[in-house]
Amino acid sequence: MDVLALSRLQFAVATYFHFLFVPLTLGLSMLVALMETQYVRTGDEDYKRMTKFWGKLFLINFAIGVVTGLTLEFQFGTNWSRYSAYVGDIFGSLLAIEATAAFFLESTFIAVWFFGWEKLSKKAHATSIWLVAIASNISAFWILVANAWMQHPTGFVLRNGRAELSDFFAVITQRFALLEFIHTLGGAYITAGFFVLGISAWHLLRKHEVAFFKKSFRLAAAWTLVFALFEIAQGHMNAEILSSTQPTKLAAMEAHWETGRNVPMHLLAWPDAANERNAVQSLSVPSGLSLLATYSAGGEVKGLKDYPADQRPPVLPVFLSFRAMVGLGVLFLALGLWAFLKRHEIEGQSRFLKVLPWLIPLPYLANELGWTIAELGRQPWIVYGLMKTSDAVSPLATSQVGTSLVAFFLVYALLGAVDIYLLFKFARKGPEAATAAAK
Amino acid sequence: MLESIWFVIWGVAWAVYLMLDGFDLGLGTLFPFLAKDETDRRILVNAMGPFWDGNEVWLITAGGVTFAAFPRAYAIMFSGLYTPLMLLLFALILRGVAFEFRGKVDSARWRATWDACLVAGSFLPALLLGVAFANIFQGLPLDAAGLFHGNLLTLLNPYGLLGGVLFVVIFAVHGALWLATRTEGELQARAGRMATALWLAEAVLAVAFLAMTWFSTRLWQHVLAKPALLVLPLLAVAGLLLTRLFAAQGAWWKAWFASSALILGAVLFGVAGLFPDLLPSSLDPAASVTAFNAASSPLTLKIMLGVVLCFLPVVIGYQLWVYLTFRDAVTAESIARGPSY
Repeated sequence: MDVLALSRLQFAVATYFHFLFVPLTLGLSMLVALMETQYVRTGDEDYKRMTKFWGKLFLINFAIGVVTGLTLEFQFGTNWSRYSAYVGDIFGSLLAIEATAAFFLESTFIAVWFFGWEKLSKKAHATSIWLVAIASNISAFWILVANAWMQHPTGFVLRNGRAELSDFFAVITQRFALLEFIHTLGGAYITAGFFVLGISAWHLLRKHEVAFFKKSFRLAAAWTLVFALFEIAQGHMNAEILSSTQPTKLAAMEAHWETGRNVPMHLLAWPDAANERNAVQSLSVPSGLSLLATYSAGGEVKGLKDYPADQRPPVLPVFLSFRAMVGLGVLFLALGLWAFLKRHEIEGQSRFLKVLPWLIPLPYLANELGWTIAELGRQPWIVYGLMKTSDAVSPLATSQVGTSLVAFFLVYALLGAVDIYLLFKFARKGPEAATAAAK
Repeated sequence: MLESIWFVIWGVAWAVYLMLDGFDLGLGTLFPFLAKDETDRRILVNAMGPFWDGNEVWLITAGGVTFAAFPRAYAIMFSGLYTPLMLLLFALILRGVAFEFRGKVDSARWRATWDACLVAGSFLPALLLGVAFANIFQGLPLDAAGLFHGNLLTLLNPYGLLGGVLFVVIFAVHGALWLATRTEGELQARAGRMATALWLAEAVLAVAFLAMTWFSTRLWQHVLAKPALLVLPLLAVAGLLLTRLFAAQGAWWKAWFASSALILGAVLFGVAGLFPDLLPSSLDPAASVTAFNAASSPLTLKIMLGVVLCFLPVVIGYQLWVYLTFRDAVTAESIARGPSY
């Protein structure tokens, strides 16, 4: 493999791995903040124990999320230096704003929250977890504004041999960024919801701390249902906006080859990129894709054949990721609805309780599929329509990137194993006994 | 003008980062020498517990400032120094999780593993940052296209290595003093003795480094050309001397602040001596990456100036509040009583 392929692989490893931890941070911080708020409002010790139990799992996850985030910031400079020099005027600023406006707040107050149980008043302590939750979500906003700019660059001019900012508000308020942000948050909140549902189910099935885990379950069930609904209703907009911003990505997601009107949606299809057609396509909804993408049965949808082969993304993985992600989204809605309807009698639903812990990985999978569509679907561009990924890579030696890639595999495998081991250990252990003095 | 303002912000961000993270990197490096048993080890870890994460964000900010204000410098520095930066990254990754993980399993071997990560992950960044800064002071083999003509061994020249060892020792003194401010009894006395003993090495290395800087770099010439800037090396020297004076009196907080003045003065001396270069080229002065030829557009610099002026004072405010809130001594009792690593 050459430096480009190795650097892409390294970026994929770093991003997929980092994003195993981010969604839980975004969602669970909010849930823990809600739990602690309930404790402050009602004085109910169970809510304090919930805050501590779920908070402990949150912290284990948080630690890896933070350190693997470092990698991403480093990598733009180390492996994608031509990209950094070309678009740093815009992209670098967004990352710097993230650090000053959000990352400081998050990293400082996570420690205040952990160490501050006795030093701060109840309200100040609850405020510190809210600051962590809000800061991590603001942090996501800036990162996603930066990513949205790679997907749909705006507010810039080409000058001095690079992209320079011309309209800051256009960059941070563009619809693409907003949609990407809320869609990512939706996925993150569903992830946290299933995490709490799954672990609560494991304990409820074993009749451990039934009252405690029922409270956790009820909160997470309502939460999951709300965001599963939101994600499906909203997700459509993320596909729709692609018809005007990234037609090649949309066409790859739908394995759509020929530009036309009244384009049907094939519920069953299998793309054959070599022959620029679908090997299989059936169960078609007439004008389905036109309607979804343009809100009009006669709307035109660009097909992949309109673009030279070297400007198309790899079709099969993007197509499959999209199908799988949408399918999972529908499944989350069904499960969320069931969990919500049965929340008051959940301890009797032993079959459902048995299944739920096994479903914890599914939202993680859906998140990664979403990023696969976003990033792989953007190829061959690093900045859509503006810069090719192959023009962005640093002038490095193969041995340098090969060595660091192996190191990433080893270190990340270690971190992943430790994370899973610790999460299992503390999730199974359950909360501290109710009578024990607060530690 | 904007470029010069950003050059100052860039230098200050690095100086603040090295002053703050310096003590926890130093304390991490001294971990096996200062901690005699598990209680000591927990005291050490918790003495940096509430602060290290917030400190490290200053590194992200210094990197972010470079990326936002001087994207070309960021691109050339991070790709040119690929291997040392990857080593720095892995060190920081393992160090970061070590804090969270070490107390999570009740096994001596488990703790020893993460403690090793903590020590290596503290020592290595101190060394690498010192080597990197010394090499930047001296000039990197960069051509006009910004290509780095060298490898890791190029950086391990005598001046670079001296810079690395100097950083390790300065941070170690800084960390030992920090521990002395935060503990009581035997551990405090041990930390004080360590700081005093290492101070001698620190002073010898600092003098050697400043002398070698005269021959290996153009920092002194630049600073002497604007004599007002001499206040920076003077601040460093005063900090160095006062560190020893206050340490002898057992005035640990004062000694720590003096050590902070040393770090701020030394780093800002280096930065001022570089101006306007961010990455001087040792091959051809015309190929140097400067605040002017690497800067972002005026619009970006203006917007980012607004961002930094709005947020950094607030950041400094709440970080100060955190330092004040958690100023009580860390003892075996306080760890048993409250939440701790």
